[in-house]
Order: sequence, then C-alpha cells, then structure tokens
Amino acid sequence: MSLHVENLKVYYQTLRGDVRALDGATFDIADGEIMGLAGESGCGKTTLAHSLIRLTPPLKFIEGKVELDGEELPLADMEKMDDFRFRKISIVPQYAMNALNPTRKIRKMTAELLASKGASMKAIETELQRRLDLVGLNPEVLDMYPIELSGGMKQRMVMVLSTLLDPSLLMADEITSALDVSTQKAVAEMLVEFRDRNFVKSMMIITHDISILYQVADTIMIMYAGQLAEKASRETVIDSPRHPYTKMLISSLPQVGVQVNVTRLAGIPGTPPQLLEPPQGCRFRARCPLAFEKCLQVPPFVEVEPGHMVACWKEPGKHA
Amino acid sequence: MLKLQGISKTYKVGTFGGKALHAVCDVDLDVGSGEVVSLIGESGSGKTTIGKMILKLISITSGSAFFKDIDITTLKGRELKEYYRKVQGVFQDPFSSYNPIFKADHIFAMIKTEFYPDVKPGDWSQKVDACLKDVGLNPPDVLGKFPHQLSGGQLQRFLIARALLLETEFLVADEIISMLDASRRIDVLNLLADLKKKGLSILFITHDLSLAYYISDRAVILYRGSIVEMGSTERVYFNPQHPYTRMLMATVPRLDQAWEDVEIAIRQKQLPIGQGCVYFGRCPFASEQCSLEQPQLDEFEKDHQVACFNCKRG
Amino acid sequence: MMEKKSKKRNEFFYFAFKNNKLRIGLLIVLFFLVMAIIGPSFTENDPLSFIHRGVPLKPFESEDFIFGTTVFGQDVYSQFVYGLRATFVVGAIGGGLATLIGVIVGFIGGYMGGKTDEGLNMGTNIVLVIPTLAVLLIISAYLEVRGILLESVFIGCTAWPWTARAVRAQTFSLRSREFVDLAKMSGMKSLKIIFKEIAPNMMSYLLLVFILQFGGATLNAATLDFIGLGPTQGISLGLMMNHAVAHSALLLDIWWWFIPPGLAITAIVGALYVTNVGLDEVFNPKLREM
Repeated sequence: MSLHVENLKVYYQTLRGDVRALDGATFDIADGEIMGLAGESGCGKTTLAHSLIRLTPPLKFIEGKVELDGEELPLADMEKMDDFRFRKISIVPQYAMNALNPTRKIRKMTAELLASKGASMKAIETELQRRLDLVGLNPEVLDMYPIELSGGMKQRMVMVLSTLLDPSLLMADEITSALDVSTQKAVAEMLVEFRDRNFVKSMMIITHDISILYQVADTIMIMYAGQLAEKASRETVIDSPRHPYTKMLISSLPQVGVQVNVTRLAGIPGTPPQLLEPPQGCRFRARCPLAFEKCLQVPPFVEVEPGHMVACWKEPGKHA
Repeated sequence: MLKLQGISKTYKVGTFGGKALHAVCDVDLDVGSGEVVSLIGESGSGKTTIGKMILKLISITSGSAFFKDIDITTLKGRELKEYYRKVQGVFQDPFSSYNPIFKADHIFAMIKTEFYPDVKPGDWSQKVDACLKDVGLNPPDVLGKFPHQLSGGQLQRFLIARALLLETEFLVADEIISMLDASRRIDVLNLLADLKKKGLSILFITHDLSLAYYISDRAVILYRGSIVEMGSTERVYFNPQHPYTRMLMATVPRLDQAWEDVEIAIRQKQLPIGQGCVYFGRCPFASEQCSLEQPQLDEFEKDHQVACFNCKRG
Repeated sequence: MMEKKSKKRNEFFYFAFKNNKLRIGLLIVLFFLVMAIIGPSFTENDPLSFIHRGVPLKPFESEDFIFGTTVFGQDVYSQFVYGLRATFVVGAIGGGLATLIGVIVGFIGGYMGGKTDEGLNMGTNIVLVIPTLAVLLIISAYLEVRGILLESVFIGCTAWPWTARAVRAQTFSLRSREFVDLAKMSGMKSLKIIFKEIAPNMMSYLLLVFILQFGGATLNAATLDFIGLGPTQGISLGLMMNHAVAHSALLLDIWWWFIPPGLAITAIVGALYVTNVGLDEVFNPKLREM
C-alpha cells in the first residue's frame, strides 16, 4: 500500500474565523512503513489523522489530494468515504476504550459493526478468535460487557476490531497515553506485530511521546503548528535531526542518566503561534535561533538526503 | 523535615461500607531539608493518595506523620492554617486548579485574604511581582487574565509562585509536568531544581522515570500502596533490585536504547492486600514465602533499601 | 484584558439572543408579566364585586367588560389581571423559597459529606415522601382563613427536595475539583468555600433551578386553588377556574370564565420550561446547534 498526501489543507471553523490547523501537508507513507507522527499539542497531528478518515464540521476541507494505493480519497464527501472507512483505512481513536458502548456485549457490537460494513460475523468469526488469541485476550471476552474488562484489555479489543477487515492504513491516535508502562509496551509491540502479520499494511502512530516511537516506529514525522517540520528514520530523527525545532525538541527531553546538576537541559523559549491568524512563512520563525529573511516564505518539505525530509531554508540543497 | 511512619489509608467500600480498599499500606518516608524525593509509581500505586494525605486533603487512616516534629495527623483550625504556610501542593491539571469564573490572580487574592490581610496593596503587588519573576514569568504578561487565556506551563508556574508567596518549605508536586507540552516541561523542571537550591524540599510524584531522574536526590518506588524499593536515585536506577523496579526500568521507553525483554510472570491475579507480597502475581521469582508474608524494607546497601525476600542474592 | 471579558459576555448574549426557545419563552412570560403589572390600571372594577346584573356578558359584548362577566356579574378581565398578579406572587415567593431551602440543604450536604450529608439526605427524603395533599387538607381544616402568603410558604416548604438533590449532586462533583483543594490549602473555611468558590460556579445552574421552581410553584398553586385548597380570600387564576367549574360554567358554556385563566397558566408554565431548555443550551456549549 502506499499513502500519498499532497498539499493537504484542513481548517477548523470557529466563530472568530478559520483556525489553520493543517496548512499544506505533503508526505508519503510506503508499503509496510510504520510512521510515527509526533508534535506538541496544537501541531495538527490529530487534525491530520481525522481528516484522512472523518472530515466532519467543525473541520473544513480546503484543498489537497490524498491517494491511498493509487486511489484518490474523497475526503470531503462523507458518504463516499464510507466505502473506504474501516475497510481500507481505519483508526483507533484516542480514548478508544471509552468508545465501547457500555450497554452492549462485545460480540453484539462487533456483529453490528461488521454488518454496517457489509461483512458477516460468521465469515470472520474464526479469524476474530485467532486475533483475540494473538493479543492475549480470552475468547470469552466476546460475551462480556465492556465494563468487565480492564483498560489494557479494552484497548487491545479496540485494536482488534479496528483491524478486523485488514485495512491498508491504520492510524493509532494516542493509544498508549492512558496505560501503565507494561501495558504500553505490550500494546506498542502489538502494533508492530499486526504489521508483521499483514493485518495492516502500513501504520501511522500519533503520539506526543517520542520515546515510544523510537521503540516501534520505522520513521518519525515531526509537526509544528500545522506544518510539517521533518520526516526521517527514527535513528536519524533522534540522533541527527536537521530541523531546528526537532533539534531543540529532542535535546529538551529528559532521559534516564541525565541529571540537572550535571547537564542542565534547555527548553524552547516562547510559545507555539496562534493558528487563527498564523505568522507568515515558517511558523517556527519566532522561536528559531537560525531565522532569517527567507523564513518569511513557507519552506517546502523536501528531501535533503534519501529518506530524510526537512522544511527549512537553512538546510543544504535549498536556495539559501 | 517531613517524617511519615507507618502511614496507611483505607477506604470503606461496598454496600454499608463492608469491604476495605487499602490504598496505602504502612509507608515510611522521610524528606530532608532542601531535598527532592521522587515518589514513583503507576496508576493505582497510591502515590497521589500519599501526597493528599501530606497536604491534609484526605484523612490519614493510621500511622504517624511529623512535619518538623509537629504531629500533623491531628491538625485542625488555626494550626492547620499555619501548616499551610509551610506546606503546599501543585497538581496535575493546571486548568482544573483554577476556578474558571475568576481571573487567575484570584489565587493570590485568596492567599492575601487568609494569610496577609493587613499588608498594604502596594506592598502586596510588589511581593506578587517578585514571586512571579522568581518563577520566570513576566508580571504584565500574566496578571489580570483568565485561566483559559494562559498556557498550561504558565498556569503551573503561577501555582508555584503562589506557594512562594507563603513561606513554603515543603512542596508536594503531583504529576505537575504530565499535562504540559514537551518543550515546556523542562522549564518547569529546571524551576523546581532552582527552588531546591534555595532550600525548598520537594516531594515529586510521577510515573515518568526520566523526569524523576533529572531532579531527584532520592527515589521511592511504590506499587499497590507499598514501598518496594527506595534509596539514592543513582543506586535505585542503576542497580535496581526489586523485580518491579527492574521491570519498570526495562519497560520504560527510552531514547538511548531499545526495549529489553524483561521477565514478567504470566498475569495471575494479585493477592489481596495484606496477604503476602504486593507483587506476587507478576513476580517471576516468587516463592511460597512470598505468598504468605509481606516483605519489609531492608537495607540492601548503603542508601538503598528493598522489600523482597529473594533479593539478597543481589 | 477587558476585551476578553466582554468578548465572553458578548458570546453569551450572542447565543442567548440567537436561541429561539429562549426568545419565545421569555417573550411569553414577559407578556403576561406586563399584563399583570399594568393590567389592573385599566379597570376600576374590583375583581370580586358583583357589578353586572343580568345575563353574563360575552367578551367584547360590552365596552366595560372586554373579557365578559361571570355568572355573578363579576368582571372577568379584572379577575384575570389581578389573578395574574397573585399567580406571579405565588410563583416568586413559593418558587424562591423552595429554591433557597433546596440550595442551602444541597450545598451543605453535598460539601460536608459524612454524617451531615446523611442527616440532610434523610430529611430531604422524608419531606419528599410526605403526602403534601394530605397535609394541606389537614391545614385547611384547621385554618379557616388562608391567604396567598401561607400558600406560597407551604409550596416553598414542600417543593424543595428535588432541588436539594440536584444541587447536592452538582456540589459533589465540584468539590472534588482541584480548585477546591487549592482553596482548602489557602486556609479557607468550608462555609466560605461553598459560598465563594462553589456557588458562583453554579450560578447558571441555580438560575435554571429557580425558573423551574417558579413554574412548578405556579402550577402547584393553580392546582391547589382549583381543587379548593387555595386561599380563602382574593383571586387567582386557579381560583377563577375553581369558581367557574363550581358554578357550572362548563354546562352553561361560559367559556370566557375558565379558558383565559387555563390558557394563561399553561402558557406561562410552558414558556418557563421552554426558557429553561433554551437557557441550558446557551450555558452548555455542547448542546448548542452551531
């Protein structure tokens, strides 16, 4: 599978005007790639994920083209997207475990979900059992109510459900944030397992916790204030990032072994810009130590070396 | 400065309060002057409960607690107010700590009314400005605004400034970083480190091992209401003895190494609290003794204590 | 800074004025309120005096009696507007009293918890299950002369339990919020916290509660009056209907005697409830249809 996103712009409608939450995203996800999408709150990562699957008001599609496996996704058309949802592109949303209807037994809910997509529970049942077993869930779970399951179990249940029809692309939105450390590891590793077993072809893992991405993602894409900053392999992003924001961000993360009396880490002074009337050009400009006049124009997200994309005028290969 | 001995918190649950929920069991904890102690645990470990007991927001079911040799379990009325002059807390959700209908400075006004009613307005605003600067905030930028107009990081620092307005000597910081943006977390952490240099004692409650390592002198690992390991941060982190601590150290996602495979026993149900070791259900080294008796904290090496029967082998 | 505050208020009024339910509901209530206030000044007739002799007049038959007359020759218009006044008075006093008691009981129980809450809760439940009708019958047997004030107080003292429950629940959820912890750590006493921190947060809710109580008290009074347990003096919309039915207005088809009061009660109470729903939408952004 492959995902190709070109110049995607999605804004939020509010009383005071449009918030330019996602302003021109262009990137690719290759077949079998697990891409981590990281950034601070307000950077647009959740907007991006939701735009790809369910673009409802207050989200407003402005422009852009998205191709999944060569087919263009009709993002703005809720009805037409229905054919793609859950079948070709699926999402495990944030707080998914709270999304299970408390008054339905899991089996009934699954059957309804499948029926709404034109699939039958009977045909899938054996596969479903296999997958439950794979994630360590007892098949009896199907006959329970959500309230009888623990947080980790619910999360795994939702993961199985979201991937039941073998979508090409799975998006996981902050699925590890509410879990304790050992469950976090289990869930993250499960995501990789799903890809390895071909239940899903590629994945987009959205989180603010970059260290999880370092553990399970192949590539990491960093976003800032609605724009893409950098995308590269996980080692590159952590060990040799090129975008000033990425550099400052990575070096502001405390690590075991780093002690304040020995190494005092520095944050990034300033705050992310308001996206109602965002600054002109590169949105990191106000906080960037390398900013110069060219930064008043939006830097394009281009390849500076194979597999490494950066949006910064200071990077070699660009017209400086 | 703060000395907890045998502190426990039990909730009565169930119809007619028949069953007991042991949130915290027999905890001994000391925090010295100018010391930062991290209380590390996952959800359900009881760390927030301990914090709230120290802040007298929850009652202490049993055990003794002393703040500078004053028994805090029986504080009431005026004495309690005096206690709050010295001991304060900051919590996880900056937005929830503010009454949304008032401006953010309302929290300062509260302090003035209760503790400094006779200070002249001019002197008071000078004091407020000084405290705001101490936490790295620019007074004109943050005064007179509503909470929703300020960022999470600013709100947290506002709360720390409030503690500085009083003569706070001991601060309970309960997950104060977790809801902040990544690029702002380090600023608040650095602020705490600076305050510690000026003599403030901090109980830093968190589930994030790397944050705890950054600023603490000592680390206390909590599991299901009991301390399983504690000691100097270096020793606990680089020579963890308790199987739970080891599991934590190996499972926490790091930026410098890949996840290790760590032994976790097959998920059995944990024993009810009070019967045997709290970690029995998941411990790969559990023996029969572990299911019958609860291990006590024992000195493993200098500045390092572990509560485990099978750790003597080191 | 001032900009933001007024923007927030403007946002409130923007939604308030845009909300149809609120507009229509308020309009109806205001219409009747205005009628109650200035209506009596358009007539010199005492509502209870027997003025007209002869066949009861239909509405608009005579210039002096635009609403017609009752079987006894009383001016229906006069009865109507004075009755409206009485209705609003009972609504305000009865509803206000019920709100006050309910709010105080709810706050204290909800905040204090423990034995205080158990005690207050028990009290609330007792008042809830007391058969008010039976008590009223007994009272009316003992007191031969009853006025509007007594009726209002009675309603106020019996209608508060649901308010207490609701306020208690809200207080429960608010008291575990961290800003309450912060207030405690600032040395504030409990009562002060309730009235200075928690109550202001619930202002919008309390407004809704009062509106409901007002409507409830009005309806309650009309019902009591209608079945004859109301005041023994004066006039109210419910009493109008009581008299009308008692004196065969239904049989004699003197519809102008009982339909205006009935419609007015229905309209006022209905409008109040609709206003309530509308206000709820205004206060709660999640319910707004954007």
